[in-house]
Amino acid sequence: MSLILLVEQTLNGLQFGVMLFLMAAGLTLVFGVMGLINLAHGSLYMIGAFAAAAMAQASGSFLLALAASLVCAAFAGVLIEVLVIRRLYDRDHLDQVLATFALILIFSEGTRWLFGSFPLFLDKPEWLSGTVILPFGIEYSLYRLAIILVGLAVAAGLFWMIARTRVGIRIRAGENDREMIAALGVNISRLYTFVFALGAALAGFAGALVGTIQSVQVGMGEPVLILAFVVIVIGGIGSIKGAFIGALLVGLTETLGRFLLPEAFALVFDPATARSVGASLASMSIYILMAGVLIFRPKGLFGSA
Amino acid sequence: MKREMVFNLALLALILGVALWAQASDEPFLITLTTRAVIFAIAGVGLNFALGFGGLVSFGHAAFFGLGGYVMGVLAYHAQTYTPLFEAPLLIQGTKSMPVIWLVSILLSSLLALAIGALSLRTSGVYFIMITLAFAQMLYYFAISWAAYGGEDGLSIYVRNGFPGLNTMDPLQFFALCFALLLIVLLLVSLAARSAFGLALGAARQNEARVQAVGQTPYRLYLVAFVISGAITGLAGALFADLNRFVSPVMFSWQTSGEIMVFVILGGVGRIFGPVAGAVLFILLEHLLGGLSAYWHIYLGAILLGVVLFARGGLYGLIAGREVAHD
Repeated sequence: MSLILLVEQTLNGLQFGVMLFLMAAGLTLVFGVMGLINLAHGSLYMIGAFAAAAMAQASGSFLLALAASLVCAAFAGVLIEVLVIRRLYDRDHLDQVLATFALILIFSEGTRWLFGSFPLFLDKPEWLSGTVILPFGIEYSLYRLAIILVGLAVAAGLFWMIARTRVGIRIRAGENDREMIAALGVNISRLYTFVFALGAALAGFAGALVGTIQSVQVGMGEPVLILAFVVIVIGGIGSIKGAFIGALLVGLTETLGRFLLPEAFALVFDPATARSVGASLASMSIYILMAGVLIFRPKGLFGSA
Repeated sequence: MKREMVFNLALLALILGVALWAQASDEPFLITLTTRAVIFAIAGVGLNFALGFGGLVSFGHAAFFGLGGYVMGVLAYHAQTYTPLFEAPLLIQGTKSMPVIWLVSILLSSLLALAIGALSLRTSGVYFIMITLAFAQMLYYFAISWAAYGGEDGLSIYVRNGFPGLNTMDPLQFFALCFALLLIVLLLVSLAARSAFGLALGAARQNEARVQAVGQTPYRLYLVAFVISGAITGLAGALFADLNRFVSPVMFSWQTSGEIMVFVILGGVGRIFGPVAGAVLFILLEHLLGGLSAYWHIYLGAILLGVVLFARGGLYGLIAGREVAHD
């Protein structure tokens, strides 16, 4: 019984990690290519979730809702890149932090103004509800399993795009030497807009997928954004591979910590103390993990220079 | 330089004048609002010491602000319930005395800043921003899950803590106390900025390699600056909790870190009085725009965006000219 629970929690951790990867991938790409720290990435996540909820309400179709999340988040991404972000590439990180903090304020209050403060709910489609029986008789939510598979597929697609396609070559070249690829005739400004929109679309997509499990509300993006920061700090900023490993590490630590730590403390303390100490420690566990990684590798696991 | 000095004095006179005028026309709410600005100014001056003078972009100063708040909350809570804080190694009682609470806040915030700084300063740039943010977030979640002190609901303290010889429940007397602390902090910070340490710190911000070449250790300079910065912000947190007679995990939240940063930027990075101007401006905007619309954060965001994109140097940059560039 406990073993089945453990497998279930591990899968939950995997699902959480895969979602974190979708967030972290955009952040780390934008930082790697443009050298920009973008706090408003969480707002794009929120925009994706709200777009999906609105579309699902209007059309009743889950697939259309997902498409809406991709399109709206990418569109919002292009919009802020052209209007604001573009002016920040040459600025120091402090200006970038503040300008994108200002964007968070604008997006959050704007969304509250449009949709109100009450959370919206996004239902999973019928063909994805219910459970599946995995090998060894383990029952697991079909929707969460689908998220894991979709997330892994997106990750694989991203790796393929960056390693094998022309756009991917340009992105990698942009990370190495901006001036050089601009001199070689690549429209660098269009490349930047594309990378930003790609990251935005991934964040919006993650928002829609997670919004179905949780509720869709203003301020949902920032906790995830901060976790995504932890992910890319652990993985090494700019590294997609690092973001993937980091996301899985954080997802598993967070989920298993919440499940295992109270149980572990229950062996030593009485149940009430074990629960509260375990819960406090579990909520801090990923930050302890991050601090640990930084002590040994200040540039993250896969960070360069 | 002279123009800046005039503006500094005018700013202090303005704050004092508003409080006195509010007292004369019997508007205690306005005094409280001014006190809020003064406390935010102290927090901002604290952050500015790391951010402006040391170039350390900390996005986690809510950690110290919140810790100061919780020091006040926990000590006063134990005093108000007559339960000792610790019994085991030695008996420690809670207290309702402000000077003691301030000292403990400063001490614990320094220790926390030492720990966070020692780890975070191993990195720089974007890593530093994200790591300081993550540490503040860690304390935020810790405060939420710490059920003994109210968890997510926070702690209410019924009577404001006392200061010998003063009635702190009187808005003007509490304002005077905070204002005096602001003046002391400003004095100490300007002395520190002009000291050998302050000069070395500024040099390290501008060119680490050269500072290293003349035998200084940038890491140590940054760490000391970070500790001083955290201690000041911790003191502001204790005052803020006393102003509201309430402390909750919100003081640890990332929005708080962002707001403290906004005080510094609106006023002008690296100016000793910058955060004072920024905090006053912030409270003014909050009050004016908040009365205008429930969604005043949109306007605040737009103004902040405008300042960052087009008016670098903040209020002081506009008024006193751009003598101090932040780089």
